[in-house]
Amino acid sequence: MKRIVLMGNPNVGKSVVFSRLTGANVIASNYPGTTVDFSRGRMKLGGETVEIIDAPGTYSLEPSNRAEEVALHMLQEADVVINVVDATNLERNLYLTLELLERGIPVIVALNMWDEARHVGIHVDERALEELLGVPVVPTVALTGEGIKALVSRISEARPSDRIRPVTEDERWVTIGAIIKQVERVEHRHHTLWDRISDMTITPLTGIPVAVAVLLFAFLLVRLIGETLITYVLDPFFNSLYLPLIERLSEWLGPGILHSILIGEYGTDINFIESLGLLTTGLYVPLGAVLPYIIGFYFTLSILEDTGYLPRLATLMDTVFHRLGMHGYGIVPLFLGLGCNVPGALAVRNMEAKKQRFISATLLAIAVPCMAQTAMVFGILGPYGFHYVVMVFFTLGILYLVVGIILNRFIPGESPEIFLEIPPYRRPSIRAVAKKTWMRIRWFLGDAIPYLFLGVFVVNVLYVVGFLQWLGDVLSPFMHMAFGLPGEASIALIIGFLRKDLAVGMLLPLGLSAAQLVIAATVLTIYFPCIATFTVLIKELGIKGMAASASIMVATAVTVGFILRIILLGV
Amino acid sequence: MGAEISLSDLSPGIKATIVALHGGHGFQRRLRTMGIREGKTIIVVAKQPFGGPLVLEVDGKRTTLGRGMARRILVRWEG
Repeated sequence: MKRIVLMGNPNVGKSVVFSRLTGANVIASNYPGTTVDFSRGRMKLGGETVEIIDAPGTYSLEPSNRAEEVALHMLQEADVVINVVDATNLERNLYLTLELLERGIPVIVALNMWDEARHVGIHVDERALEELLGVPVVPTVALTGEGIKALVSRISEARPSDRIRPVTEDERWVTIGAIIKQVERVEHRHHTLWDRISDMTITPLTGIPVAVAVLLFAFLLVRLIGETLITYVLDPFFNSLYLPLIERLSEWLGPGILHSILIGEYGTDINFIESLGLLTTGLYVPLGAVLPYIIGFYFTLSILEDTGYLPRLATLMDTVFHRLGMHGYGIVPLFLGLGCNVPGALAVRNMEAKKQRFISATLLAIAVPCMAQTAMVFGILGPYGFHYVVMVFFTLGILYLVVGIILNRFIPGESPEIFLEIPPYRRPSIRAVAKKTWMRIRWFLGDAIPYLFLGVFVVNVLYVVGFLQWLGDVLSPFMHMAFGLPGEASIALIIGFLRKDLAVGMLLPLGLSAAQLVIAATVLTIYFPCIATFTVLIKELGIKGMAASASIMVATAVTVGFILRIILLGV
Repeated sequence: MGAEISLSDLSPGIKATIVALHGGHGFQRRLRTMGIREGKTIIVVAKQPFGGPLVLEVDGKRTTLGRGMARRILVRWEG
């Protein structure tokens, strides 16, 4: 099958073009480095099925981070390259274009963001450009789909250029200068309102108060959406419709192992969090307790991503992240990780140095709870008072900083400075935000429900064979000494490897005090990542790196748990 | 003819022309592929405090660049 690879600088809209061509959905955002891995899709082209590959963005064919290495690797598999170019940024984008053409690969150029270019007064003569490059050039607006048909109809014309020959780097810039002179005309433009907003959000004096306001607003929006959905949709559904159904099923099933696995222990009141049945806890935790916050979080994150605010936040936070051995871009894995640690761990690839990636990934695993876990912590600690919830997140926040400072001091290696393109602000489209939120919710459901079911099932089996009781007894002295927790809490730690939200829920039936719950929830975040994140981290850090990272996690968990125990419970 | 200074010493809001890039070959290429090239007009939009990065504008496009990197860019101030 013929392979067509999308190549281009970061944040030029490759992923949007990919979605348009294949109908397959991939996440696209308004900041460089959204795509860190390749996606494959298919499309019909003149009666033939071809494979389309979306590659991470790269500024040149000499990679400077791991995401760019992926792009280069994909290029080697290409029969045809669609070079997506930002029409508002033609000059610097042409460097990669020329490099591609010099390699003698068949190329077609998509001159994307055509509308935005016109809007800001940049006029590009696409016919002249086509003439000079010696390959087809098609203006497109991937966001609206304009020009995509023309692009598809001309893919067959993609060819190696007969105009561009391999030259040295300096000569390449001379060629680019000559091309720009002939094809581009720029009108003088005045500062727009968006420019002024851009200035305001990136100047420290005004930018920091704005950042605080934005983050506070984002947090409140997540809670508002989550709590509204729970109060008006999910609680009524589970309590008034679903519970009677389960109660009838319970009577019909009668006592026995099937009842234990599907619903929970027979004869006790059905409790959606504590019963530990597949149809009770297995469904309620992901759908009733976590999903509402997932919806709230990803809706809010999508808006932040699509406006283009994140690179500005990265700029403002750079100095802080530098002290932690990373640079401002570290905010991206952190933000993505607050939703789910898996995409957070993948986003680490955008950082240039091994040291930065190691610190970013380790801090993510230690101090960044995913939204599923956060929702459960709110759920179980909220009733005791909001200050208990704050204790957990305050501890984790301090930990992110303290462990970061320590790791920065002791991990060898360089930590390059930030070098990040700031995209223009764009008004997020409701459709795009809704679609992106929906994609992420689907991933959550596809990922969470199987693991939750597995978790509930494993717990039941291990209880039946008596393993968990035995383990609880064995670990009881340690759990008590180190964390002031009963031995059974160790069971939650084991299940936490499968699903942390389920593990938090498993703390409820232990009858812990609020202070004990704070300790357990905090330790549960720090001690180890869940299996899904663990798998990604092994891939990103290597076995040795992961072993080092994991030892730091365990050591931190024990230390912090013990300190909290002393503070909250006394000696 | 203004004085030649390092970009990190340029005050925000003042136009200057990029005269020379220093540093490693790979670093210079990255600067150029992100639009920071000899002969371009450059403005520092903002400077983050405590040795933080600069926000630059070249050709109407903005880039955040670490202070140490900015020291390796020589500009001529047109004041």
